[in-house]
Amino acid sequence: MLQRLYDWVDERLDITPLWRDIADHEVPEHVNPAHHFSAFVYCFGGLTFFIIVIQFLSGMFLTMYYVPDIVNAYESVKYLQGEVAFGMIVRGMHHWGASLVIVMVFLHTLRVFFTGAYKKPRELNWVVGVLMFFLLLGLGFTGYLLPWDMKAYFATVVGLQIAESVPVIGDLAKTLLAGDPEIIGAQTLTRFFAIHVFFLPGALLGLLAVHFIMIRRQGIAGPL
Amino acid sequence: MVSEKNHNVSRRQFLTYTLTGVGGFMAAGMILPMARFAIDPVLQSAGAGDMNAVADVSELTEEPQRFDFSYEQVDGWYTSEVTETAWIYQEGDNITALSPTCTHLGCTVNWNSNESYQNQFFCPCHGGRFEKNGTNVPGTPPTEPLHKYEIEVRDGTVYLGKANPQI
Ligand code: HEM
Ligand code: FES
Repeated sequence: MLQRLYDWVDERLDITPLWRDIADHEVPEHVNPAHHFSAFVYCFGGLTFFIIVIQFLSGMFLTMYYVPDIVNAYESVKYLQGEVAFGMIVRGMHHWGASLVIVMVFLHTLRVFFTGAYKKPRELNWVVGVLMFFLLLGLGFTGYLLPWDMKAYFATVVGLQIAESVPVIGDLAKTLLAGDPEIIGAQTLTRFFAIHVFFLPGALLGLLAVHFIMIRRQGIAGPL
Repeated sequence: MVSEKNHNVSRRQFLTYTLTGVGGFMAAGMILPMARFAIDPVLQSAGAGDMNAVADVSELTEEPQRFDFSYEQVDGWYTSEVTETAWIYQEGDNITALSPTCTHLGCTVNWNSNESYQNQFFCPCHGGRFEKNGTNVPGTPPTEPLHKYEIEVRDGTVYLGKANPQI
């Protein structure tokens, strides 16, 4: 049945080359854990991506109940975690995934560093990787405020003060982030929400694409 | 397919089956909680409706009168006081309380508000009309009678529950 449906579409649109081009490539021996068990370190990039996918999915579902408003944010998080079926699981996925993604990025970076994979011609992919790391830190920072509890609020107070302590542009940066020169409140929460669910995920998606396209062009770095 | 001699499963088949199985299991473990989370509103059991004190029996007449009543509505994480209206009249021992929500498309009807249609409920939106007992007047847009509130009378006070369809 599925095969016939596929054939029907393929006959008209010739879709086979599209996915073959992505799926059909040799896994070199030196990155295959079946040959050398130590090659498992090559999995960390994929695991990072896997957790980012979980963050995207669980985050999208959380926004079904979450409200970015100082009156309702805390109550809506409490409601979705305590009253909605599997709410604790879905929030838990997002909550723990946010930390795990940093761990995975770190391990992935270590592997790239110690296999020397960042050297010519792959310098640009290192740069893109570092940019994505900053995006992830940004997602963690902006997401942390969203539950609007004491921990969230005071963590953001501190974070914004760190931004403020930057010479020359500090005040400007802080106001831009908080949405107000003095108050950390209603406008801060909506800004952080917009940045957390639209701007940074959008940028991350773009950079992930660039990262993967470059990997396909250049192939995985050779054995040591 | 590949050689099926002695019912051997080829290496490729074995890998396809196990990887699809394990992958499917992991994907399901991820997706199912999120799907159940998303469809929760459909599966939440409706709580039994409360009865609210609305009027004294002594206030009632044979003519439908408008009574507003308020109660606490819990909407997810948001609790608020909402106000509802009932048109109540008494004939002999029978008390009837009708919902003012037009059964055509949900505008609000009024008793006796249109001079051309005495002693009827009139809906200004598309000219829907209802008799005193809520029956929709044939030839006007509504297709069923006004909904009727569940009624309870205790110690001379009228309590109303949910408004239910008459048919
Ligand atoms: C990809 C990397 C992402 C990271 C690292 C991340 C990180 C975080 C963190 C640390 C929190 C606070 C969680 C808590 O305290 O329990 C959070 C909350 C939240 N995130 Fe994300 N997030 C990511 C992506 C997304 C995406 C793509 C969306 C939506 C499209 C999203 C929507 C939300 C929402 C609605 C909340 C508030 C609910 C809650 O606090 O449980 N996130 N995020
Ligand atoms: S909504 Fe009342 S007549 Fe259409």
